[in-house]
Amino acid sequence: MSPEPPLLSVDGLVKRFGGFRALDGLSFHLNPGEILGLVGPNGSGKTTCINVISGLYAPDGGGVRFAGRAIGGLPSHRLVHLGINRTFQVPKPFLSLTVRENVAVADGYGRNPRGPVDIDTLLATLDLRPVAERRAAELNSAQQKMLDLARALATGPRLLLIDELAAGLNPAELDRVAVQIKEIARSGVALLVVEHLMGFIGEITDRVIVMNAGKEIFEGVMADAIQDKRVVEVFLGGEDEG
Amino acid sequence: MPRLLRHTLLILLPLVAALALAPALYGNHLLLFNVIVFLTLAQGINIIYGFTGYLPFGYVGFFGAGAYGFALAVMHLHALPLVALAAGGLAALLLGVLLTPLLRLSGAYFSIANLAAALAVLQIVSNPALESVTKGPYGISLSGVFDPALAYGVALAILAATTFLVIWLRHSRFGMALQAIREDAISAAMAGIDVVRGRVVAWLLAALVAGLTGSVYAWYISVFYPETVFGGEITIFAIVFALFGGTATILGPILGVVILYGIYNAIGISAPQYFQLIYGLLIMGLVLFLPNGLASLLRRRGIDVP
Ligand SMILES: Nc1ncnc2c1ncn2[C@@H]1O[C@H](COP(=O)(O)OP(=O)(O)OP(=O)(O)O)[C@@H](O)[C@H]1O
Ligand SMILES: [Mg+2]
Repeated sequence: MSPEPPLLSVDGLVKRFGGFRALDGLSFHLNPGEILGLVGPNGSGKTTCINVISGLYAPDGGGVRFAGRAIGGLPSHRLVHLGINRTFQVPKPFLSLTVRENVAVADGYGRNPRGPVDIDTLLATLDLRPVAERRAAELNSAQQKMLDLARALATGPRLLLIDELAAGLNPAELDRVAVQIKEIARSGVALLVVEHLMGFIGEITDRVIVMNAGKEIFEGVMADAIQDKRVVEVFLGGEDEG
Repeated sequence: MPRLLRHTLLILLPLVAALALAPALYGNHLLLFNVIVFLTLAQGINIIYGFTGYLPFGYVGFFGAGAYGFALAVMHLHALPLVALAAGGLAALLLGVLLTPLLRLSGAYFSIANLAAALAVLQIVSNPALESVTKGPYGISLSGVFDPALAYGVALAILAATTFLVIWLRHSRFGMALQAIREDAISAAMAGIDVVRGRVVAWLLAALVAGLTGSVYAWYISVFYPETVFGGEITIFAIVFALFGGTATILGPILGVVILYGIYNAIGISAPQYFQLIYGLLIMGLVLFLPNGLASLLRRRGIDVP
């Protein structure tokens, strides 16, 4: 008996901006309920990877398969309906709509296979219930990131791509987010988590991919990654630039 | 949907009733008709600008297309006014479809391209070479169908339908989706919204509204020149009225027309060129400093504007 095919498989993915290859043959796969970390120095292509998988850009080469079908180049809203969603590194809520309306739009158009969500419950699990009637513009950046997450969850994704949700949070908030992410994975959602905080990544992920210059240079558990020579080199090299 | 019903009863009904009774109480029939025209056009701007963020400086192109669609149907097909009205609406819709690629542009680029498109349509319509079709620059006379009383009633019906459309947008899922697109198109797509389709639908609705209004205008005045129905001041007025009152609301454009068109008629008629200037500057000021108009000032004081 052959094992279940992965929910997401990325195969030799290429994304060019002009002559520059932001993604240069990236390959990996992801299973339901799994939390995969995606780390790498600034500009290594992590956000671009999420942008291509979520339909913001069409790939220039290679393929993306989701639940057994090729999805490269499909428009974002179609991908959302298939069960893919994401958060943004710089949060992108609908600023003049209320928090509740932000989620209600996604609830109305996201075609959540489990039917309409209970918005109050969803907001409560992400600590946004007290600000439900506020306009999104009035939230702080951490809250706006959680609102991105709430909007994504309202569409009932099977694959969730999280881009630096934890950046800028204090330790208590970090612990809280770690619990929330693990809970989402436990419900069967496959998660790709991009993060610079290695401790955080190590705590929540089952497996990590380390990227450099659009390519994957390591795949395995976090404990091994920090022992890996190339990984260490890339990060030390990246540090004196920053 | 109680809010839809409430706003229909509290805003739409009184508005239509007042304008239906007004000709019996006030002698300047043309002025009242123009009020209806600008109320409708301002709501059309509201649909496209308020709900999607596209500011169409060439909005009058649809009005003119509607007027000429009506006129050509009457002149060449001897159509009855109500049939010709549909032809005018269709002409504006076709122009809207033709211009959908403009929606790929954003901000000022869209506005300018749309203005250029409206000027191009004016140049085509008023081209002497097309005299046998459009009468070129010599203008249109439709005295055979002249019926201002009936045209007034039809214009009022178009206003009612348009205002109802805005009330519906204000309270419907689709209207919320359009506002989401306006706020952030990428996030809207991630909410599952088909962004392109939403924009196109709003664009065509706005085009249809202006086209029908242009048709009924052609019917009402019956004699007009290309510049009459493609005049840039029509766009400027419609935009300034909508922005002044506040877009993405139901009442904003109505307030804008009542206040600014009121001022214009009280003191501006004698020197209209200054008003085009003043209102043009007012648009710039509003876009820069008070993008949500009077409604936002009232909201800041805790007064909710539907
Ligand atoms: N739309 C774009 N146009 C041109 N270049 C781009 C675009 N998006 C990303 N890039 C370039 O592609 C490279 C990868 O960028 P990306 O945002 O994916 O990096 P990242 O790994 O997410 O970095 P960070 O950790 O700083 O968020 C960078 O050099 C960036 O400048
Ligand atoms: Mg990034």
